[in-house]
Amino acid sequence: MAINRKDFIKVLGVTGVTLALGKEAKAVPKNDESIEFHGILYDSTRCAGCQTCESACAEANGLPAPSATIEAGIIRKTDESHRTVVNAFTTSNGEAYLKKQCMHCNEPACTAACLTQAMYKTKEGAVIWRGNKCMGCRYCMVSCPFDIPKFEYFSSNPKIEKCNMCYSRLGEGKIPSCVENCPAEALMYGPRRDLISEARKRIIENPGQYIDHIYGEHEAGGTGFLYLSAVPFEELGLNTSIQKASYPALSKGFLYSVPTIFVLWPAILLGMREATKNNHLKSEENE
Amino acid sequence: MNNPGYTLTKDNNGTSMLRFLAGELKPKGKFFTPFNIISLPIMLLGLILIIIRFWKGLGAVTNLTQDVPWGLWIGFDVVTGVAFAGGAYVLTFMVYILNMQKYHSIVRITVLNGFLAYVFYAGALLLDLGRPWNVINPIIGNSFGTSSVLFLVAWHFLLYMIAQLIEFSPAIAEWLGAKRARKILSGMTVAAVIFGITLSTLHQSGLGALYLMAKDKIHPLWYSEFIPVMFFVSSIFAGLSMVIFEGSISNKVFSDQISEYNHKSHNGIIIGLSKICAVAMFAYFFLQVLVFVHGKRWDLLGTPMGYWYLMEMIGFILLPMILFIYSYRHKNITMVKVAAVLTMLGVILNRLNVTVIGFRWDAAIRYIPTWMELVVTLAVIFTEIWIFRWVVNRMPVLRDSPSWVKEKK
Repeated sequence: MAINRKDFIKVLGVTGVTLALGKEAKAVPKNDESIEFHGILYDSTRCAGCQTCESACAEANGLPAPSATIEAGIIRKTDESHRTVVNAFTTSNGEAYLKKQCMHCNEPACTAACLTQAMYKTKEGAVIWRGNKCMGCRYCMVSCPFDIPKFEYFSSNPKIEKCNMCYSRLGEGKIPSCVENCPAEALMYGPRRDLISEARKRIIENPGQYIDHIYGEHEAGGTGFLYLSAVPFEELGLNTSIQKASYPALSKGFLYSVPTIFVLWPAILLGMREATKNNHLKSEENE
Repeated sequence: MNNPGYTLTKDNNGTSMLRFLAGELKPKGKFFTPFNIISLPIMLLGLILIIIRFWKGLGAVTNLTQDVPWGLWIGFDVVTGVAFAGGAYVLTFMVYILNMQKYHSIVRITVLNGFLAYVFYAGALLLDLGRPWNVINPIIGNSFGTSSVLFLVAWHFLLYMIAQLIEFSPAIAEWLGAKRARKILSGMTVAAVIFGITLSTLHQSGLGALYLMAKDKIHPLWYSEFIPVMFFVSSIFAGLSMVIFEGSISNKVFSDQISEYNHKSHNGIIIGLSKICAVAMFAYFFLQVLVFVHGKRWDLLGTPMGYWYLMEMIGFILLPMILFIYSYRHKNITMVKVAAVLTMLGVILNRLNVTVIGFRWDAAIRYIPTWMELVVTLAVIFTEIWIFRWVVNRMPVLRDSPSWVKEKK
């Protein structure tokens, strides 16, 4: 009995420490001081809806070329073979376009959801998917507030498809394919901090041309992909009621309670067992 | 005590172990029972569908979409199934921690039921994984996603299965006639129970916490930051209702195995459980009301989803709670069973409302499971019942332990 209890406490200690340490490690920002999060700024007032970014994306990532053309009022969605789509909207300011893809959140829900870190926020800012780790549970899809990760339902070896900011190209010193190929210069790649100052500059220097809001500066705790627009973002189909805090914060309270319960419960339970030890004598008498 | 299974075990001392096991593998009793005739074709069909699922992909069998990536197999098999398996931790808490010896006779069957539920529902999880060959990654550390609630749930499933196996293992040792092993294993019971209750607290609530990040996707009547607490509290009466339900069936089906003494005490057990259910349901209902009032959700009540919510709260929480209280007061066994079935329906309804019905309730294309998902779900349940029956017919689960166990004491 003594050995069992000792072993049990040992297991308990190891588990508790693992859980506690695991979270502490997460709370520390991952990026080295020399590298900061990079992102993409998308200026919808410059976008002409030419879909070059769509074909550039497909080519860079070995996906089928996009066939459908843009039509206002028809919402196309990203799916397992289209990592980015551009949609047209009839707005209060005439027809406008909006590109959709992964938002590369600063604190992504998908990476917090992933139990194998297959969804991974790199120190450069891109959120990537690593197939050798993924077990296909699709919890990232359940958690992502922007519905970005897509799953290949008709494959026996399914992948999760999503924009990864052309992570392999970044490694070669190139910039994301959509940014490089945009003929209207609606897309801009760079450190997130610089992108935000650039966006602010454009808003201030061109009064009346933009609304005073950078979508992604605070949404979902801040995203790597930032939007500028001439009209309120809900007219462009973006979810403006999205919370400003990060999504992983939603399950933090629960996760923080885990080590507490792991330490307190066994102690309380043992105490209760000792306290009620003689109860059965009474009940046997009664029966 | 005087059943053939016991004499077999007694004769079996070491040498004839293989022959003994081979003999035990054979089916006992009549083969063409109504249950077998219904369940066998469904299990075979389920097996074929599972092969298709792994060959052609999940989309060939399920109706899952990019918007609704978790359907019936997670929402019912895993989330609801685990809630029903909660009886094991509640009963071991009552018997081993609170020393309520009255319930001792149903601990083994409940733990067996819980263990098999976890094995099969975690098994159902494997069917739902797109890349199941990577399932060991969070265990072997490729990589540890410690910020994930699912990481916690996965580890807890694994550890709790081991804990439950230890809790049940004395029955296996008695079946095999392994006296020394039984002594060692039963010495580990209390540690396994304490560990198991702790794990259960965390993963019963963890199953709810899985949905915390899906804040914008779940209907506000079912989403709150208290989902984990709700899931934990409801697992208490979900598990106990399952114990009542399963007990009343086992009592008929395996009637010949239960000693006269345990037969007599069964009604007292059921009445006692109905009281606990009523208290837990009252706490749960009160929590639900608090969350509802604090969330200022009055305006949502007038919508179709609001009526659906009211039906769940009044028809499947309040009503069975009152029935439990009534039957406890009047010692009405039939009414307890009615209340248990209503409660179980209510738990199924609640779990499905969070995971499937209320999930993306506003999506243009609603997820409705295919008949194939239903068949696979039924096949999983039937296979579990087959194994359950096999074990109960052979090991001292419902019947008394062989006499050498008591002699040692």
